Amino acid sequence: MKFAVIIFPGSNCDKDCVYVLRDLLKQDVVEVFHEVPQLPKGIDCVILPGGFSYGDYLRSGAIARFSKIINPIIGFANKGGLVIGICNGFQILCEIGLLPGALTRNKSLSFICDDVYLKVGSNKPLQNPFTNLYKPGEVIKIPIAHGDGRYVSKNINKNQIVFQYCDKNGNITQESNPNGSMENIAGIINEKGNVLGMMPHPERACENILGSEDGKKLFESVISSIALSA
Amino acid sequence: MTAIIKEKSGINKELIRKLKLSTDEYLKIVELIGREPNDIELHMFSVMWSEHCCYKNSKVLLKEFPTKNKYVAIGPGENAGVIDLGAGIKIAFKIESHNRPTAVEPFQGATTGVGGILRDIFTMGARPIAVLDSLRFGDLNKSRSRFLFSGAVNGIAHYGNCTGIPNIGGEAYFYPTYNENPLVNAMAVGLIETDEIVKSNASGLGNPVLYVGSKTGRDGLGGASFASSGLTDKSHKDRPAVQVGDPFTEKVLIEACLEAFKTGHIISAQDMGAAGLTCSTSEMAAKGGVGINIDLDKVPIRTENLTPIEYMLSESQERMLFVVKAGFEKEISEIFKKWGLDSVQIGEITKGNNVTVKHKNKIVVDIPAKALVNDTPVYKREVKIPDYYKENQSFDQNLVPDLKQDEVLPMLKDLLASPNICSKKWIYSKYDHDVQTNTVIKPGSSAGLIRIKPLHDVVASTSKKCVAIPNDSRISDRDCFVANTPRSPRLRLVGTGNDIATKGLAVSCDGNSAYVYLDPYLGSKIAVAEAARNVSCIGAKPIAITDNLNFGNPEKPEIYWQMSESVKGIKEACIEFNTPVTGGNVSLYNETNGIDIWPTPVIGMVGFINDVTLGIDHSFKKAGDVILLLGKQKSEIGASEYLYLRTKQIKGRVPELDFNLEKIVQLSTRELINKKLIKSANDCSVGGLLITLCKSAFQNDLGFVISLPTNTQSRLDSLLFGETQSRIIISIDKSNLQAVEKHLNKLKCPYQTLGEVTDGNVIINSLNINVQISELKDIWEKALGNYFN
Repeated sequence: MKFAVIIFPGSNCDKDCVYVLRDLLKQDVVEVFHEVPQLPKGIDCVILPGGFSYGDYLRSGAIARFSKIINPIIGFANKGGLVIGICNGFQILCEIGLLPGALTRNKSLSFICDDVYLKVGSNKPLQNPFTNLYKPGEVIKIPIAHGDGRYVSKNINKNQIVFQYCDKNGNITQESNPNGSMENIAGIINEKGNVLGMMPHPERACENILGSEDGKKLFESVISSIALSA
Repeated sequence: MTAIIKEKSGINKELIRKLKLSTDEYLKIVELIGREPNDIELHMFSVMWSEHCCYKNSKVLLKEFPTKNKYVAIGPGENAGVIDLGAGIKIAFKIESHNRPTAVEPFQGATTGVGGILRDIFTMGARPIAVLDSLRFGDLNKSRSRFLFSGAVNGIAHYGNCTGIPNIGGEAYFYPTYNENPLVNAMAVGLIETDEIVKSNASGLGNPVLYVGSKTGRDGLGGASFASSGLTDKSHKDRPAVQVGDPFTEKVLIEACLEAFKTGHIISAQDMGAAGLTCSTSEMAAKGGVGINIDLDKVPIRTENLTPIEYMLSESQERMLFVVKAGFEKEISEIFKKWGLDSVQIGEITKGNNVTVKHKNKIVVDIPAKALVNDTPVYKREVKIPDYYKENQSFDQNLVPDLKQDEVLPMLKDLLASPNICSKKWIYSKYDHDVQTNTVIKPGSSAGLIRIKPLHDVVASTSKKCVAIPNDSRISDRDCFVANTPRSPRLRLVGTGNDIATKGLAVSCDGNSAYVYLDPYLGSKIAVAEAARNVSCIGAKPIAITDNLNFGNPEKPEIYWQMSESVKGIKEACIEFNTPVTGGNVSLYNETNGIDIWPTPVIGMVGFINDVTLGIDHSFKKAGDVILLLGKQKSEIGASEYLYLRTKQIKGRVPELDFNLEKIVQLSTRELINKKLIKSANDCSVGGLLITLCKSAFQNDLGFVISLPTNTQSRLDSLLFGETQSRIIISIDKSNLQAVEKHLNKLKCPYQTLGEVTDGNVIINSLNINVQISELKDIWEKALGNYFN
């Protein structure tokens, strides 16, 4: 499999994604700088990593939208290519319209870094290549680290919701919602099911020594579904 | 004498005073340069001869520190100290204060504190891999303290989060002495990524001097002098002396600088921090024994009509000065252009040893670099033992009635709610502590633990300059898309693929200023011991320290006495633990309207663990595990948080410290961890035994049942809440008890069995205490946030 990890000025989780894909999962990874006018050939999946692209000045992800690499990514997605936006990457995907809705300031008005629990696909989401190795309704532990993670949208279908904040036992409660997102939304897919955006960082939960391996299955899902479709 | 100055020179006494130079210092300048300095030169001297830049009040004392052991590769004097841990792992680390700016503008003050210390690290060729923060603020019942504290925390969060450096630990204490003069000390740790450590001594006649990073503006003018004087009611007027930080620029500057260093074409580099261009030009020249000339008209600016004084004193952030091998300036500039940063040749290395500055085609400064950097004044001040110290030494704890049995639980709850003891999650949940995916033990434990991952840059064979041509078969995708990155062919990897390195670093910041105030010598020894103990509790071996000495006005003999006693204590402890000082920072004149803060040395300790997977945290793991106390129980209540809460005063004899016992306890803990015999270890410090047990229980919602240590000599309050040193609480699987005891006996480590971990009740039978851990945890967890609701 061949992954592209996009580097914007201010991205700071690019190396973490590369590490998981290249060192832990032994995949081909190309680091693509934002100024490049097209994606390399043969890419199976594009990852927009977390960070503070362009300092997140103006609004999170708002400036990254104008990078040269964005149009090629939109083209790639429209042709059915797999795209994952994590944290700042999710914000960028909403800014460029590949995903509906917006990520606004956390309810607490503070940055929050913590381990949270997520429920996978409790609303029977669309068939998608990102969560197929998780059991439906599985509860996973993955860290968050963001200031603007409160998801809002007027036109999101229930079956586009793939991750929701929950408590240890899988109950989707107000107390387990760290940022005030509508319906405890932590991650969504587009209607076609080939673009995923999520605020939690699966790349930070791929080794037991870091406290959780629950994020690894997300990348493994992608790898297995690409292998199947190939 | 002053009359002569006025008569002889055009520069008046007024300006000299305004620049906080003494008459003697002025005369020394005249003698050194053989003439009267002009206004610009005088301004340059005023910042370079400030305490902040030249340590004139502390140099004599700092000389005493041990600075070498087998790990130290670079000691004090460079931008940061470096230890070499073998296998290609070189670690740069340093601590720095940003106290005065925080007192005036907390968000920006703290922000730029983090920015400055990060630059010190990556200037050496190291990628910053961790930050820690040590905070001292005033009484949180005061709205101003809350404003300063929350501003500073948000500032640290803003900068660290955006630059993508995990914040892995720190400490925070709150006492009224810091009401107006808070302390923000930030420590950074970096992993050297270049073949050679980048140093700051300029060399090579004719080599170009490159200015890189942000543009120069009027912010932070005279920040170094501002930072070297006391605060007054008028200090808010100094707000322009506070710099404004831009972490986004810092992040791209980190990437650009590391990329540039890896070309091997950078001869030396220096951060433009305190005293900006003045400091970077003169220090680089003086260290290299060369001259340097710069042309101010070439300096990138963000505002019009800067005067030469403003150019030379501006402390605009995110700027660096490089000396580059002649002929390679274009290649270096390309890297900075790629990251959207300025990189301009503003001068060159010259013969002789003068700093020469041109402005509008006129030479406006021409002075020996050494006069600015090396020939600085040095003061050994008068000392006087303060009255409060003598008075406190005669404190008799027998005059304090012991705690009654039914007072224990209320006192425990009060202590858990004290901001000095309660959970600091309100602070560290605002900091990204997971980015870089190395954080093994997160904030909230004895020390932070990070693993050292393989250096992540791809190793290519040459410094290729390729453009993105995806269809060009001559260049592989990898070469192409990784954005024209020139890379060192000899970049060492710590491990790759299946051979992922498992080495780790434990880092801790410590300094109990209540102890140091009551007994600067003993309190400072304890600061080092506690830092070493915290690192040992993780399983790591203490290697070296960086220190931040925050004191009041050294011109007062009582304050200079505190300094000299404190330095003596740190020195002795560092020798005992074989943890030399590799660098640090001195912050003096921490006073407001003439009232000094408590002496507050902060020790940043770095420890090494060969197998990071062995590291353990402070938390109890399973009901039924046995709890042991390593060390000795003494009847001491002096200087404790308990006594402070009971009497509203900090007083009493600071707990004793026996280095031999301390070393045995620490070594035993490390060995037990390395033999995988124990599941948790927690330093028994502020708040004493019962608090430490609670903290170990909270994380996994467990409880404990204990019998009180049988020592009839001891008072009940000292048993439960006394802060006797050299104690560590460990928990072990029952089946390992024999092996652990055998080992402790072999090492002659004193210990006693306290009890067992329970499912969630805290039970002390002899005191009729049986309480749910959740009730206690709730108090502890919410206390800090409650001040802000």
